[in-house]
Amino acid sequence: MGGAAPDRRWLGRAALGAIVAAGYAVIVAPLVFVSWLAFFRNEVVSFPPEGYTLRWFGNILDQNNFVDGFFTSLQVGLVAMAAGLAIGIPASVAVARRRFRGRETVNTLLLLPLVVPGVVAGAAIYVFQVEVEVATALPLVAAFPGLVLAHVMITIPWTVRLVTASLTGLDPSTEEAAMNLGAGPVTTFFRVTLPTVRPGIVAAALFSFIVSFGNLEMTLFLIGPGRTTLPIAILQYLEWRIDPTIAAVSFLQIGLIGGAMLLTDRYVKLAKVI
Amino acid sequence: MARLELVGLSKRYGDQYAVREASLRVEQGELVVLLGPSGCGKTTTLRMIAGFVEATAGRVLLGDRDVTRLPPYRRNTGMVFQGYALFPHLTAADNVAFGLEMRRVPAADRRRRIDEVLRLVRLEGLAGRLPRQLSGGQQQRVALARALVIEPDVLLLDEPLSNLDAKLRQEVRVEIRQLQRRLGITTVMVTHDQEEALTMADRLVVMSHGEIQQVGTQRDLYERPRNRFVAGFVGRTNFFAGTLDASGVFRTDGGLTIRCGAGGPGRRLLVLRPEKIAIGHAPPGDVSNSHPGTVEFASYLGAVTEYHVRLASGETVMVQSANQVVGAGGEMALGARVHVAWPAEACLVMADGEPDARPVSGRP
Repeated sequence: MGGAAPDRRWLGRAALGAIVAAGYAVIVAPLVFVSWLAFFRNEVVSFPPEGYTLRWFGNILDQNNFVDGFFTSLQVGLVAMAAGLAIGIPASVAVARRRFRGRETVNTLLLLPLVVPGVVAGAAIYVFQVEVEVATALPLVAAFPGLVLAHVMITIPWTVRLVTASLTGLDPSTEEAAMNLGAGPVTTFFRVTLPTVRPGIVAAALFSFIVSFGNLEMTLFLIGPGRTTLPIAILQYLEWRIDPTIAAVSFLQIGLIGGAMLLTDRYVKLAKVI
Repeated sequence: MARLELVGLSKRYGDQYAVREASLRVEQGELVVLLGPSGCGKTTTLRMIAGFVEATAGRVLLGDRDVTRLPPYRRNTGMVFQGYALFPHLTAADNVAFGLEMRRVPAADRRRRIDEVLRLVRLEGLAGRLPRQLSGGQQQRVALARALVIEPDVLLLDEPLSNLDAKLRQEVRVEIRQLQRRLGITTVMVTHDQEEALTMADRLVVMSHGEIQQVGTQRDLYERPRNRFVAGFVGRTNFFAGTLDASGVFRTDGGLTIRCGAGGPGRRLLVLRPEKIAIGHAPPGDVSNSHPGTVEFASYLGAVTEYHVRLASGETVMVQSANQVVGAGGEMALGARVHVAWPAEACLVMADGEPDARPVSGRP
């Protein structure tokens, strides 16, 4: 037994290493392949590469849909993120700190958009907006405010989840200490509660933006003529062409989101919050 | 700094009292310790003084102010929390500055006072550190400095030493006490640790089941406990249930006869401290009470040895005997035939048949 143990341990470690490597491969392989494809000279996405070029990146700029889509997505993402935080942070404080009837129900409702499939939500919101527009003449269907409102809905669960997690980790006696030292409830919130949950808020902002920026299924129902988001522009392009332009777009998108995460991680250790 | 007075202070949750009609006066500059087992209401009392728990009835007076209905941030109390509750995102100096900023103390004055208080708690070099970069003892001193710098009317300490290791606890105990004396600051401290309470307090308040059982000095509580709970909670003791007759003779239910001086006759409880009983091989002369017995258990505790002696009546008494010069013939072997003896004055007779937690009085 004594001689066999070290060998077995080695075997176990190797097996673990293999599983971890396989896991990473599954996650990273698509990113690597898409990035690689973006530089192929082939007119149609195919293997092996016939050579390398940067022309697909140039082609992006010639496609108005991509450029417009990018700016629409950016606007929608930023506004939805801000609105999601404005609603989600007070909601998190209430859910994490106050004791009231229906607290669990409110919490579930706030997280619900995470589990409703995007297509279902999109169709439902579309029908709802049509009805409201018919009844009130407010311009909602296929309009910017309607799109933003829907995106706010999908960013709220992220804010609530991440901020609630940070609040639960905050010792309530630090807030009592602030009050003991003479700070009223409002000062306590801004000087003590908010700064200590800042990592959660930063992470919430980042993930809200990513979720909104990359949303396809729900958004499909809510865009109108002349207004597309980047994921929809990619989908539409794919219907007619399969040259590496979309790989180039994806490469830029991966770079943008990866860059945002790295930048955030310098200030807030994301691994600690999520 | 001021006098603190609690008048009939109560906290009720539903029909359960967490604290019931607590009355107490803490004089200017005095350190009073609230002592009791967990759930006895000592922490709730402290939190009512700080304003975190709203009183159901009664009043909290701080100096000439009635602060009962004031929110915590208008009371000017300085609290040191059990887990210190430092602001994790602020440096030691900024933690200390917080209360001064809330009081709109000008920046220059603020800096001077922060330096001063950090020197007082011996943290001069660590002003720029974040709480997570400080040891437990250092964090504790930041919490103390933060509470002291605002010059509170009363300093509140909630189990301030419970998160420190044993050796550090001894040091910090002395340090806090010296600082408190030097500043002459009125202080209320909560603890469940008897030794801590006895070494630090001017006076102690023993609580049980939400009620104050007795208020007094260490000596008062030990020598003249008001009831069974206090007698059993502070120090070790022998209890005998029985009846006292008019001539001052106490008969235990087990049949032992004990002479203990005057007292109203009737059902009584006799309290006898173990170190007031002498133990020897031969019966001593001229002592009110002397009984033969057998050593059943002996436990060497350093300064004293504790014996359990079975008497002829079948009852057991606990005896503590000081360990004097080795070889003086002090030690009793297990099974040895011995005599235990104590004077009538060593006996403390109190009313019996009361529940453990019956309140006697809120005032010393």
